[in-house]
Amino acid sequence: MSAPAPTPSLTVGPFFHGIVRPGANVLVGPQTRGERIRIEGCVYDGDRAPVTDAMVEIWQANAAGRYRHPLDERPVPLDPAFIGFGRSATEEAGAFWFETVRPGPVPFRGDTLQAAHINVAVSARGVLDHLFTRLYFEDDAATAADPILRLVPPARRATLLARRLPSDGTALYRFDIVLQGDGETVFFEL
Amino acid sequence: MSSTRRDPATYPPYFYEAYRATVRRSPRHPPVRLPVTLSELTGPGPAVSQVSTEDADLTRNMGTGEEAIGERMIVVGRVTDHRDEPIAGALVEVWQANAAGRYRHKVDQHGAPLDPNFLGWGRCLTNADGVYRFVTIRPGAYPWENHPNAWRPPHIHFSLLGPAWGSRLITQMFFPGDPLLALDPIFNAVPAPARERLVAHYAHDVTQPGYALGYRFDVVLVGPRATPAEPFEASARDRQ
Repeated sequence: MSAPAPTPSLTVGPFFHGIVRPGANVLVGPQTRGERIRIEGCVYDGDRAPVTDAMVEIWQANAAGRYRHPLDERPVPLDPAFIGFGRSATEEAGAFWFETVRPGPVPFRGDTLQAAHINVAVSARGVLDHLFTRLYFEDDAATAADPILRLVPPARRATLLARRLPSDGTALYRFDIVLQGDGETVFFEL
Repeated sequence: MSSTRRDPATYPPYFYEAYRATVRRSPRHPPVRLPVTLSELTGPGPAVSQVSTEDADLTRNMGTGEEAIGERMIVVGRVTDHRDEPIAGALVEVWQANAAGRYRHKVDQHGAPLDPNFLGWGRCLTNADGVYRFVTIRPGAYPWENHPNAWRPPHIHFSLLGPAWGSRLITQMFFPGDPLLALDPIFNAVPAPARERLVAHYAHDVTQPGYALGYRFDVVLVGPRATPAEPFEASARDRQ
């Protein structure tokens, strides 16, 4: 038989909150290994108005740089107290947040590494297919030579860099997502 | 057939003017093509499915001990990759309006009644054959503010977490023969040849005598474009 045709995507709509379970944006527990970080941001539309009905999802490696997935068979330790998937629904100001660990670096090709990053998917009313982007850390020296960031026009790279903010204790990063217009976030085609 | 994630013959464009919310929420820059790395080939599906509990009967999962009002229906479907290989252990999440066309959601101000016995969302995992199954009630149509006298056709929202980050899918299932489909800018944002893939089929073999009507809605997930085959094979193998 011929190959089956892919199922089209459609918008998540405004009523998805039942699938965002309480605590889905906290990826860490008491036993999780690694440096705790908190990520805060807002989703904005082309008028710089907050998008109050977006769902932001993240997928990341653990603190040692290992994905909890059968395809990641590298001799890097898994953390039984960390899966690496989170969901956060934006609220009235368009705000989302996550509590997680700083991911370790993962491979690119051969022996080269990618700068530490968190994979991000953005869904919302009015977004007909979720948008993929990546979060990098502006205070990570490895971003300067990262093979993925170098594919992005230099003037737009800053949209992928989470900014370190002053905080007590847990490291705090700011990562806004702009769907359209000035400062539009770089989105990726996978 | 292309298995590119953003194949324009399959996926709706981000900007689709008739669906007004896209006008200020669609990126203007084309996406940057990403070399596929471990970040895209892996994904939360396999790990999340191991810790998720099934909650697949929406006629009863409000937990009141009473049953939701509406025409009972059973939705089954097979989740496969682009080569028709079943995807086992995919997490399938659904949400929908009640029989009167009202969501249990603070933003929904439609003047139709809430059903105290209908929660409106659930989840299940695909079995070894890639098959999922929900019991629910047929959702109602409801008005929205996109244009004058706009009505969403009855639909069920689907979220699928398969083997890879790059195969993530969020979509909507519609009903056959619905006259509202031709008027719905969201349904019509999908390229015409691909629209029928979002319409469930009535399935008499799924219909349970004396209990509920059956519908079939199969889903085909497409992986990251560089090596679309391998992640599905590997993750299916590891789950067995």
